[in-house]
Amino acid sequence: MYCAFYHRCGEWYNMFMLPMFPEEQSIYSVSLLNVYIRQMFEMDYRLRDVWVEGEVSNFSQPASGHWYFTLKDERSQLKAVMWKTQVARQDYIPRHGDKIRAHGNVAIYEAGGQYQLYCDELVSLATTGDLHARFRLLWDKLESEGLFRDEIKRPLPEFPQRIGIVTSATTAAFQDIQNVLRRRYPIAQVILSPTPVQGEGAAPAIVAALKRVDRYGVDVILLARGGGSLEDLWCFNDERIARAIRETRAPVVTGVGHETDTTLVDGAADMRAPTPSAGAERIAPDVEQIKERLAEFRLRLADSAQYEITERRDQLDDALHKLRLISPSSYIRNERQRLDEAHSRLAKAVQNHLTTLQRDLHAHRRALDLANPHNLLARGYAVVTRALDGKRVLSALDAAPGTSVAIQFDKGHLVATVKDRTLE
Amino acid sequence: MSESPTIRFEDAYRELESIIDRLEAGNLSLDESMSLFERGRELATICEQHLNAAELKVSQLLGEDDSDPRTELLE
Repeated sequence: MYCAFYHRCGEWYNMFMLPMFPEEQSIYSVSLLNVYIRQMFEMDYRLRDVWVEGEVSNFSQPASGHWYFTLKDERSQLKAVMWKTQVARQDYIPRHGDKIRAHGNVAIYEAGGQYQLYCDELVSLATTGDLHARFRLLWDKLESEGLFRDEIKRPLPEFPQRIGIVTSATTAAFQDIQNVLRRRYPIAQVILSPTPVQGEGAAPAIVAALKRVDRYGVDVILLARGGGSLEDLWCFNDERIARAIRETRAPVVTGVGHETDTTLVDGAADMRAPTPSAGAERIAPDVEQIKERLAEFRLRLADSAQYEITERRDQLDDALHKLRLISPSSYIRNERQRLDEAHSRLAKAVQNHLTTLQRDLHAHRRALDLANPHNLLARGYAVVTRALDGKRVLSALDAAPGTSVAIQFDKGHLVATVKDRTLE
Repeated sequence: MSESPTIRFEDAYRELESIIDRLEAGNLSLDESMSLFERGRELATICEQHLNAAELKVSQLLGEDDSDPRTELLE
């Protein structure tokens, strides 16, 4: 590259005989070469006054007041600057994606070794750039085909063992992904399917890398690329990649660009993450959370085992209680108690009977006492008998007048003769 | 308990989940419960061994096309 450059410079040097490029010198400093090229550009009259059409990209307005941006079409890019003095005369402020026509001169920025367009006038051609319009068209087309439908999105595995990564091996994105997985989910095996992720030929290379890693056999695929300009990410709007995503066996997660970028592959993916790191977080759980869940599982295991044992112990207690109720020792105890009760009832009954008998005996004795004839005689009564035959005189009929009778008192007796009698 | 984790992490985890479901549903004999409990503890240990021993393995597919499905370890 350098040799060809040098060779061509030599030719032109001969053509224009520039004083700045001493003939006798064969090795030049970088500055000297850049000065030469600048002068060479300045000598080309076409480059002093050009109109260029293209799409604005990476438009920036730093505090200096100058404008910096890139003009591009599908295949090529051109750096552009508009100095503050020209900016002041500019009504139209271009935006990213605008299609414009720019006027100015092309010159060399020596310090950067770049050529760029120094603009003095910018004219808007359309409000949205061709790329945006094409993106919209493609999106609508694939959407109408049903490629983005939620129903066809596949679930991600909860614990992927093999994770396929489709990206460029040398990018920060791949490092970010590895860092996330190393921290969160180191039990996985990561299979990188390397591919260029920008520029000419990137899209078919990405399709091939997707298919390869899918065929190799993985549980989930992460298609990733770090942030970049719209044109850097443009290959992710290739419908071949979108279709390839829907044909893999493993579900595909995309992490392309920044949060604000949406590409066709995001629409087709089974899950879309805003960045490569976020993609890595989506495809795998965090081992710390799994460890917490395992600790909880251990508790639940112990709880349910403990519950089983406690329940069995309760059942055992119940059974023992019932057993005690029906056991012979308990029967015997009960019978013994009944016997004791009968015994004491018997004793009470006998006692009652005796008491009754005693009471009766007293009553009889009193009745007997009352009936004792001596007692009657003592109270003044007397017994009269006939002297002749000793028969008791119980009425006046038993003793006619003149009959001799004996009268027995408590103390002593009398012999008397009946004088008279009255019969009633 | 000294069993080295030959069971894949996911398989061990799933089995552990189903054991807990069965234990919590009840209707098991005491022997069944106790052997499930022991198995559950083993599986939890296996899962933890997996998590603790893990170091991310990163490899990349070699070659240009599908005819060469080999990988090489990175780093």
